Amino acid sequence: MFSNDTVIHPLGSTSKEREPASYQWPAEGLAAIPDWIYTSEWIYDREMARIFHGKTWNFVALEAEVPHAGDFKRSYVGPTPVVVVRDEAGGVQVFENRCAHRGVEFCRHARGNTTEFVCPYHQWTYDLHGDLQGIPFKRGIKGEADSGMPADFNNKQHGLRKLNVECLHGVVFASFAEAMEPVAQYLGEEVLKDFAVVFKDRKLKILGYYRNELPGNWKLYQENLKDPYHATLLHSFLVTFGLMVAGSKTSMIADPTGRHGTMASRRPDDVSKVVDSNTAKEMRAYRTDLKLADTRFLEFIPEFNSPWTVTMQTIWPNMIVQRELNTLGVRQIVPNGPNSQIMIWTMFGYDTDTPEMTRHRLRQGNLMGPSGFLGLEDNEAIKFLQEGVRRSPSDRGVLKLGGKSEGTGGIISESAIRAMYRSYREVMEL
Amino acid sequence: MKIAGYEQQPVDARLAREARWDVEEFHAAYCQLLDLGDIEQWADFFTTDCLYIITARENAEADLPVGLVYAEGRDMIRDRAFAVRHTQMFAPRYLQHFVSNVLILAVAGNEIRAQSNYQLLQTLVEGPTTLLQAGRYYDTFWRENGRLLIEERRCIYDTTLIANDLVLPV
Repeated sequence: MFSNDTVIHPLGSTSKEREPASYQWPAEGLAAIPDWIYTSEWIYDREMARIFHGKTWNFVALEAEVPHAGDFKRSYVGPTPVVVVRDEAGGVQVFENRCAHRGVEFCRHARGNTTEFVCPYHQWTYDLHGDLQGIPFKRGIKGEADSGMPADFNNKQHGLRKLNVECLHGVVFASFAEAMEPVAQYLGEEVLKDFAVVFKDRKLKILGYYRNELPGNWKLYQENLKDPYHATLLHSFLVTFGLMVAGSKTSMIADPTGRHGTMASRRPDDVSKVVDSNTAKEMRAYRTDLKLADTRFLEFIPEFNSPWTVTMQTIWPNMIVQRELNTLGVRQIVPNGPNSQIMIWTMFGYDTDTPEMTRHRLRQGNLMGPSGFLGLEDNEAIKFLQEGVRRSPSDRGVLKLGGKSEGTGGIISESAIRAMYRSYREVMEL
Repeated sequence: MKIAGYEQQPVDARLAREARWDVEEFHAAYCQLLDLGDIEQWADFFTTDCLYIITARENAEADLPVGLVYAEGRDMIRDRAFAVRHTQMFAPRYLQHFVSNVLILAVAGNEIRAQSNYQLLQTLVEGPTTLLQAGRYYDTFWRENGRLLIEERRCIYDTTLIANDLVLPV
């Protein structure tokens, strides 16, 4: 049982479900967000069809996870289980984790290496491209009437459903849509730039995984990282130890469509010079008297050609690229009904890292993940938000910081969230 | 699952009994402290240059080094305790640790290696009590002035999909 259902009934105490025709966005436009986009099953189903199964590129794997022929991993496109596999020719294939026969989710191991996939139920066998290779008793048993497959049964028409795949800088994206623009174009110049800083011409070394269920709507995670306003308020750790304060050099960069974003900041060399007394008063957590006992934790070892020490990228609809000082990772959002999402974190370094650099990344990893000083607070806040919208008769949130601007903006602005919802409303026709 | 350094070694029966007694007492005191919420004394259970890791079994089995929590040295333990107490925002909660199946793997001088199962129950305000983690401690203890301290603790949990987050120490 997922934790989102441990107390609140699936429909919530105040159901916001309604007739499809009455899902009308509030008259205020993007200055308001209606609660039902986070709670409605009807909206959720439409999102799965139009966004995750529609014309989007979805993150499914890092190439470093499947380096050799036959290497595979279980993954997801939206809520749909898929298998990502390295074929004999070195290409990457992605297909549904659903046997073409009766629908069995056949691949049960998180990762592994194989020469073929065999469905355990009736042993239909598929090659590394997802093509159907063999069916037991295809020609039936001698002497039995109407035994086996019909004579015109063609294996070629009964392979696994294959997805459109593109790898960019070692990152594997998949799409249910056939006609997709190249990933680089999908990301746009603005977002591609910081994406390349992390991935281009780098060989990754996987350090491990975290997985958690987050009892909040999947869009809230996309919003959270398009919301620089929360960073210096919720995350007192950042402020207390001078990693980011209001007044740091910060930018919230959006792509022209508004779907993707990069929250970028540069750690101030001397926090006290950035924070004047008025700014300090607004940040309750700001302290000048606290020091970590082990200061190695927050060291930044320069390794990137970038003006930013932190870039958090949201790639629509299911990917986060984290570069927080020297701790690197990607997060995959797996929607799990309107009130829940599963998050899979893959932490990595580079194959050129010394053992000491790996240890530095592991130490700094305490900032992120479901026990990270930043990560856990986001999970808590998003859970609280979901519980708030599920149980009250009030019906909308306010999105007015930064006025009516939409797109790239400053730290005390919700401009990037508005841009995301502009794009969302177009796709969803809401 | 095999964790390097935690293989069963031949141990003299009397030494094993003594070690088991000390390890069980250690667990009781450690859990009592955490369950009552005295997190600021948590670091007192560790040696200066300890290693403390919480990680999923899938990482341990694949030999992937990441830690959900990864602390090198008692100072990092102190910093985490400080952060949890003074800077972190999270809903109020109670934890209860249950430790059992203690196996003494090796005893050499002042060092004891042991393995124990743990269950971690969490209770949130107006919520049911749920099983947050089922896991195993792989411990290296150092006996100092008659008292055990953690030189290394690897908390390896089976409960791969964490219920939102893990805030308080295991």
